[in-house]
Formats: sequence, C-alpha cells, structure tokens
Amino acid sequence: MKYAWDTLGEAGFQFFGKMSASISHEIKNALAIMNENAGLLEDYASMGEKGISVDLQRLKSLAGNVRIQIQRADEIVRNMNRFAHSVDRSENAIEVGELLALMTALAHRSATMQGVTLKLKPPQKLVTITTNQFFLEHLIWLFLEFSMDKTGCDKIVELILEKEGSAVRIIFTGLIGLQPPTMDSFQTDAAKALLEAIGAKVSADSGKGELVVTLSGGEKPLGS
Amino acid sequence: MKTRILLVDDEEQFVQALSERLTLRGYDVTTSLSGEDALEKLKHYNYEVVILDIAMPGLDGVTTLREIKKFKPLTEVIMLTGHATVETAIEGMKLGAADYLVKPCDTEELMAKINKAHQKKAGTEERIREAKVKDIISSPRSVLKKK
Repeated sequence: MKYAWDTLGEAGFQFFGKMSASISHEIKNALAIMNENAGLLEDYASMGEKGISVDLQRLKSLAGNVRIQIQRADEIVRNMNRFAHSVDRSENAIEVGELLALMTALAHRSATMQGVTLKLKPPQKLVTITTNQFFLEHLIWLFLEFSMDKTGCDKIVELILEKEGSAVRIIFTGLIGLQPPTMDSFQTDAAKALLEAIGAKVSADSGKGELVVTLSGGEKPLGS
Repeated sequence: MKTRILLVDDEEQFVQALSERLTLRGYDVTTSLSGEDALEKLKHYNYEVVILDIAMPGLDGVTTLREIKKFKPLTEVIMLTGHATVETAIEGMKLGAADYLVKPCDTEELMAKINKAHQKKAGTEERIREAKVKDIISSPRSVLKKK
C-alpha cells in the first residue's frame, strides 16, 4: 500500500479523540440539565417542608425532564459504544445504512454548532459491504465535515445510499463550490490514505452539488 | 435591589431550569439562547453579571465575551463550560471573564461566584465615580475648589 500505516494511525487517533471529546460534551450537557432539574425538585421539596404550597404538576414535569435527558444520554452512550466497538476487527461485514445513521448521529452536535441540518435518506434496501469499519467511519466523517463547510444557503446536507451492481455509492447533496481547487483541499494525506485503504473513490458533480464516494461492494484486502 | 443576571446558553431546558433556580434565590434573571441575542439584550439593558456558555452555535461564548467587553466593559462575565480544560478558562480570563465553572455546576458555588462578580463590578463603578468627583473638584474651574 502506498500510504504508510502511520498516516492512518495518527489520523485515526485524532479522529477517535475528536469523537470522544464531542460525545463527552454532549453527555455533559444532558447531565447539566438533569442536575438543574434535580436541584429544582429539591428546591420545591424544601419549600413544601416550610409549608409553602407546591404545584404537583410542576414536580411531575421536572421529573419528566430528567427522564428525557436520561433517554438522551442513554442514546449518546449507545452510539459511543457502537463507535468504540468499530475498532474490534480489522474487517467485517457492515450494513452501510446503519453506519451512515451512526455517523449522522455522531455528527449531530458538530452540525448544530455550524447551523447545518443533516438528513439521511432511508435506503431502499439493505446494503452490506466487507471492509474496515473504523476506516470507513473516519472517511464518512471527513466527507461530512467537508460537506457541512460547503453546504448551500439552506444549510442542509442530505446523504443518499445507492447500490449499483457491486458498487456502493454514498452521495452527499446540497453542496456548492465543488470546483477543482476546493476538491484538491479535500484530498489530505489522511483522506487519500483512507480511500486507498478501503478501495474507495471520490468524485464531485459541481452542477448537481453532489459529492460521491464509491465503495467496491466486495472484499478489498487491506495492505495490498 | 436584586442582582440582574443574563443567562446565555443554547440548551433551552438548561437555561429554563437554572433561571428558575436563581430566581427562587432572589436574582432577577433574563435568558438568551444565543450569543447574538445576548448582545442585543445587553445593548438595551444593564446586567450586573452575565453567565455565558462557551460552546454555542453561531457566535460562540469567547467571541460573545469579546464583544461584551467592547461595549459593556464593566459587566462581569462568568463562563460556563462542558470542557474541563484549563486552556478554555485561561482564554476567557485573558479576555476579561471574572471566573468560570464546569457543567454540571454546583448552584451554591455559582451563586458565590455571581455575588463576588457583582461586588467586583460595584467596587469598580464606585471607584470610577470617586475618580470623576475628584476630577471635577480638582478642575481649575471647579466652584468647589477651596481658594
């Protein structure tokens, strides 16, 4: 393989760290809301002890808020767990639609911070490929970051998954400025290394505002 | 007189709950869900203390702090961060933040920081008033000057 493993390794560590930091920040926000709502419950309990009338519906509402944040944090941790397990094996069968759903969820906070809406078009059928899951996630992340920066006025990036014969295409739509100088800036060492490692190709249709990554549907031996 | 606080965070549920807790404790709380809205409110109203989240969409907390210090330099700002990083706190302090807290934060600790910031603001304003009075008295044309 042209690109050394250390390029993939170094970039991979940075990606893993970035994801971990983002996930921890989301969990912190959920914990902060739980903390304040629990504090309010304590405040109202103290008021009740002092003989001040307390609205029971308000108490139920506060408890409900805590439950909502618990569900939110639980989903964040579930996604974190799925992401963490993506390094378990160097190669495995991956349901691409599920992987895109996971990456869209993990990118949600970054998208929100940039005022971008990410949409994933439900795939028509199951699409499975065999490759390195972590490398594919990292590549999709790079595409998502790039797309969020290049989105048009409506600030919507939609992901579409297609299968044509043995080839799997992931299309990022709603983009502008996909002319050569911009596309050159996407081709960092990490992006090139990941594309090569999983046997993927990238192309851009500036007229349609689409970025397309094409994955070979079969096995691509790593290191070859 | 109640301490006027502007609470700025993009998490609406967090803002609502903390605002209610501070109001129960005797503070006069206004809320904003963005840096842009906070700056707009600051143009029209005076607040003793701003509690400001760092990570927000649009205008982030550090940029908002920079803008606050441009046109309301005496307003004290307490940064709220989900990151337990010293670098974030140091950057805020260098830009003039009074203090910082890591989420989830202890309400009593937050109140102590709010009160300290309010006292600092009041002290600064008093010194400015004294300096202005002294300047008036020492002016050659001052009718108060002893002959």
